Amino acid sequence: PSSQAAMTKLGQWLCGLALLGSAWAALALAPPGLQPPAPLRQALLPLPVYLLVAFGCYSLATVGYRLATFNDCEAAAAELQEHIRAARADLQRRGLRL
Amino acid sequence: MAARGPGRVSVLLPTYNERDNLPLVVWLLARTLSDSGIDFEIIIIDDGSPDGTQEVAQQLEKIYGSDKIVRQLFLFPSGTAYIHGMKYATGNFIVIMDADLSHHVRLHFMVFLIKPIVYRKQKEGNFDIVSGTRYKGNGGVYGWDLKRKLISRGANFLTQVLLRPGASDLTGSFRLYRKEVLQKLMEKCVSKGYVFQMEMIVRARQLGFTIGEVPISFVDRVYGESKLGGNEIVSFLKGLLTLFATT
Repeated sequence: PSSQAAMTKLGQWLCGLALLGSAWAALALAPPGLQPPAPLRQALLPLPVYLLVAFGCYSLATVGYRLATFNDCEAAAAELQEHIRAARADLQRRGLRL
Repeated sequence: MAARGPGRVSVLLPTYNERDNLPLVVWLLARTLSDSGIDFEIIIIDDGSPDGTQEVAQQLEKIYGSDKIVRQLFLFPSGTAYIHGMKYATGNFIVIMDADLSHHVRLHFMVFLIKPIVYRKQKEGNFDIVSGTRYKGNGGVYGWDLKRKLISRGANFLTQVLLRPGASDLTGSFRLYRKEVLQKLMEKCVSKGYVFQMEMIVRARQLGFTIGEVPISFVDRVYGESKLGGNEIVSFLKGLLTLFATT
């Protein structure tokens, strides 16, 4: 497998934010001569905050869901206890001094 | 000396004060691996335990034979025991379990999965790495309260967002590697402790290695004893941010 000269994750985030940020600034904060139509500007201006809030909600929902579906391994724990008993017996039989 | 088949597995087991757990882990490994017809060896790398771990390891070597149990005494900082252990590994697959975690070392826990699936999955999908995951399929935990589960899921979510690692569980640390892959990764990784485990997966993706996943059950041996304190959380965040900025 070839090794790619990768930008760090931080670098990728900064690039992405710079790109989106400048696009947003160019459109939403443009001087009067170059402004896009008013409805578009009204939607664009609070967009960053909306996206942040949306991401926050997504995060909470995702973590909440994963928390709720986090498996409890009852069977594995019980099996483990059995195995520990068997292991102790077998090892003592084979000469292990615990 | 027995002939080394192409599918020999070396299990690296770093220990510190594991006098009680070690015989059980070895017994489980030996039984599961030989029941599945997998050629194996267990390399016990002890960090100078004062509780008699080395004597237990010696007894185990007598019981199972020096072909199967290799003992190494190693007194270096965490994260580097594997590098030392690997020098003695004769298998071409390496299993790492019970990672060198400072906050796990004194906990009694037993990761309960040593199924042939791990090895078979390696062969089936021809993966470079097979990683155990607590978060997918029927993987899971036992003996965790809500708070610990929440922290675990929250930390994992943050890791996924920041690192996009392509593996669902980066801190579970129960993995099978091809020997050459592990050697290559060890050269490239610089972190210590469990951040080292995370870094290995991230670097593996960067280098184009394939990673398969297998659900595992993570069972705390001593119910309720594991604590996830503020210190652990802070050091995890520091490690995560370091990986974010450097990989």
